Amino acid sequence: MSTNHTFFGYKTEGFHDELFDADGNPRPGGQLLVDCVNSLPLGVLGERQEAIERALHRMGITFAVYGDTSGTEKIFPFDIVPRIVEAVEWARIEAGLKQRIKALNMFIDDVYHDQNSINEGIVPRHLLSKATSYREACHGLFPPRGIWCHVTGTDLIRHSDGEIYVLEDNLRCPSGVSYVLQNRLLMKRTFPQLFAASNIRPVIDYPTKLYETLMYLAPEHVNEPRIVVLTPGIYNSAYYEHSFLAQQMGVELVEGRDLVVKDGFVFMRMTDGFQRVDVIYRRIDDDFIDPETFRSDSMLGVPGLMEVYRQGRVALANAPGTGVADDKVIYAFVPDLIRYFLDEEPILPNVPTYICEKEDERKYVLANLDKLVVKAANEAGGYGMLVGPHSTKEQQAEFAVKIKENPRNYIAQPTLSLSRVPTLCASGFEGRHVDLRPYILCGKDIWVLPGGLTRVALRKGSLVVNSSQGGGSKDTWVIAADGEETASAETGL
Amino acid sequence: MLSRVAESIYWMARYIERAENIARFIDVTLNLILDQPQTAHLQWVPLVSTSGDHEYFNKKYHQPNEENVVRFLTFDREYPNSIISSLSAARENARTVREAISSEAWEQINEFYHFVRHAARTDGKMATPPDFFNAVKQHSQLFNGILDATLSHAADWQFANLGRLLERADKTSRILDVKYFTLLPTLQDVGTTLDDLQWSSVLRSVSAFEMYRKRFHGITIQRVVSFLMLDRSFPRSVLFCVDWADHSLHQISGSPLGSYCNTAEQKLGRLKGDLAFGDVNTIINQGFHEFIDGLQSKLNGVGGAIHDTFFAVRNVGASQSQFQSN
Repeated sequence: MSTNHTFFGYKTEGFHDELFDADGNPRPGGQLLVDCVNSLPLGVLGERQEAIERALHRMGITFAVYGDTSGTEKIFPFDIVPRIVEAVEWARIEAGLKQRIKALNMFIDDVYHDQNSINEGIVPRHLLSKATSYREACHGLFPPRGIWCHVTGTDLIRHSDGEIYVLEDNLRCPSGVSYVLQNRLLMKRTFPQLFAASNIRPVIDYPTKLYETLMYLAPEHVNEPRIVVLTPGIYNSAYYEHSFLAQQMGVELVEGRDLVVKDGFVFMRMTDGFQRVDVIYRRIDDDFIDPETFRSDSMLGVPGLMEVYRQGRVALANAPGTGVADDKVIYAFVPDLIRYFLDEEPILPNVPTYICEKEDERKYVLANLDKLVVKAANEAGGYGMLVGPHSTKEQQAEFAVKIKENPRNYIAQPTLSLSRVPTLCASGFEGRHVDLRPYILCGKDIWVLPGGLTRVALRKGSLVVNSSQGGGSKDTWVIAADGEETASAETGL
Repeated sequence: MLSRVAESIYWMARYIERAENIARFIDVTLNLILDQPQTAHLQWVPLVSTSGDHEYFNKKYHQPNEENVVRFLTFDREYPNSIISSLSAARENARTVREAISSEAWEQINEFYHFVRHAARTDGKMATPPDFFNAVKQHSQLFNGILDATLSHAADWQFANLGRLLERADKTSRILDVKYFTLLPTLQDVGTTLDDLQWSSVLRSVSAFEMYRKRFHGITIQRVVSFLMLDRSFPRSVLFCVDWADHSLHQISGSPLGSYCNTAEQKLGRLKGDLAFGDVNTIINQGFHEFIDGLQSKLNGVGGAIHDTFFAVRNVGASQSQFQSN
């Protein structure tokens, strides 16, 4: 029996599906895609999926498999069916993200200066002081132009009620944007005609927007500011992205050992001597950027960097210390922070969050471990997490102990039913759960990349979309409203 | 440009050139054996001895026969100068400077590496070895063409050019050194058909046969040595490589040709003078092997001076993690 590569017979199985409504009809923006796929000759879709995988190998967008000496490498799985977002819905998401990042920047600035929001009890002081991502060294800092968080990759999910929720804010070094651009390139090659007809908003200008955002931070009176991307090196799992962004922006990609602090400035080692650096887009965590200020055992950073930063002689994006607003406990207070700083109602809701430190909420969590998702406050990448309905009694008992030992470190949320998108599997299309990570740049203005990275849990029934745990990605198509620019006119990406 | 980037680009180009030249070494040997099957057992030994790693070889492979030597020089990941190791190192270096080279160049290195890695699965038992080694050469040539046609010929490209030319000079001299001695017994038969066959396959191994014919027609040892060592316009001759490497060095530093402003330029300039004003009879009469030894140690000296002048991390003792071996 040959694989069914059409949507005939595809079932939404009671989940919210991003391509089909509950009656099995394509949603308005998806009609063209569905018709196109259904009309492809037998076998063509499989061939195109394979062609995409070959292209990824050729472009070397791969990661090494540990412990394999024969040099086997894997690609980050990519699925050919895009996730489509309607113009109206996107407008609301965009407005919600801008609102959120504006408030978060104000909160971070407040945390490291007057702490009004804490003094007035919006965020309890003891919760802040226990946030492991709070950086004492950042107290009293004035980052260039007053912006702390320049690049954000907020995780959004859609629940079975059809509502979009903010799951995490990712204010430190969010990665994945290179896959957005690469996925788009692959999709344009795969479905050129469909692309031309679908009015999809472009993503190609991300590197330009990022460059402008960084340029905006350069110290004044510098004639031709020099921007660099700072990477931990080729063994970092996001190295491809660091390299890609540096290349697309036309700036140097540097490692810590390429930089040196001299006479109060940061320089890079060139074949003909030292050259001053003005803006650093750093993709190294706070803890590692300066062994003199943070972790002294760091080999990745630049000794003395923070002092130059404090003096305003180099800009860092993102600023150190932004992680404090990324803490999963602080997260629960973001809607209140939006009300406090902006005097507005949050446009995008938070996922309801139980704070284990509060006694009554902890009791509820401990009694309902089989129903809730429990997360450690400072873990990322799907680690340190318990998905109640998919866990064993032993795992639940293990988390109960951890929560009682260190309640501050845990939060819990209801297990959300992530929406699904049809995904090409061995036997044809099946629904797989997805989330969405749009990217927000905060410079002179706040700009949201139309779309973002749709991550998909490739394992049947799985809710974990992280690439380290069996996740893949999809292209994200934001349909243009009347008068908006579309991607079909682009060349290149 | 960044010192680290310059160093990686230099080594990337060097390792690609190294892989190509190993393929040429093996190809010429396979060819010679086709003409002279009875000497097969003698032909593989010098390939191992010039590798400088015959102890490692003897321990692991014992017999220097075709299958073992080909596997050693082509697919052995533990031997740092095998084709696959060279390509792996070229690719790792390229990966660290991916943003500095063109996407096309990176993709070609990547394809090249995967091509050889795929062939390695046969464990050295190839159906048609000449086709394979020819494909290796072509991959390298394609890479060099892409590099020349897609990278701005600024400092980045000059460092790549420097790397590949120094490697090529070294390998052309080695190929001649090895074959010169293997072929010595036939020196008495100068002018016989067999002799012509052998020397023409040496010339072919560095793609020099046709260009040689244009210049000299008949094959003599003096002329072959002169062509591969001292020809000014043949792109694989040692003098040509040294001359254009010198040109790249001066493009990088900006100092005028014929002068020097760092030790790399000084050493390379001297070597260029030796070759440009040398003559083949003196070279052969004074001992060809000694001459090659001297040449190779001077080339190593130039490599060391390039490292000290441009790559060495100054003032702070940072860790070195470049992928290189020499």
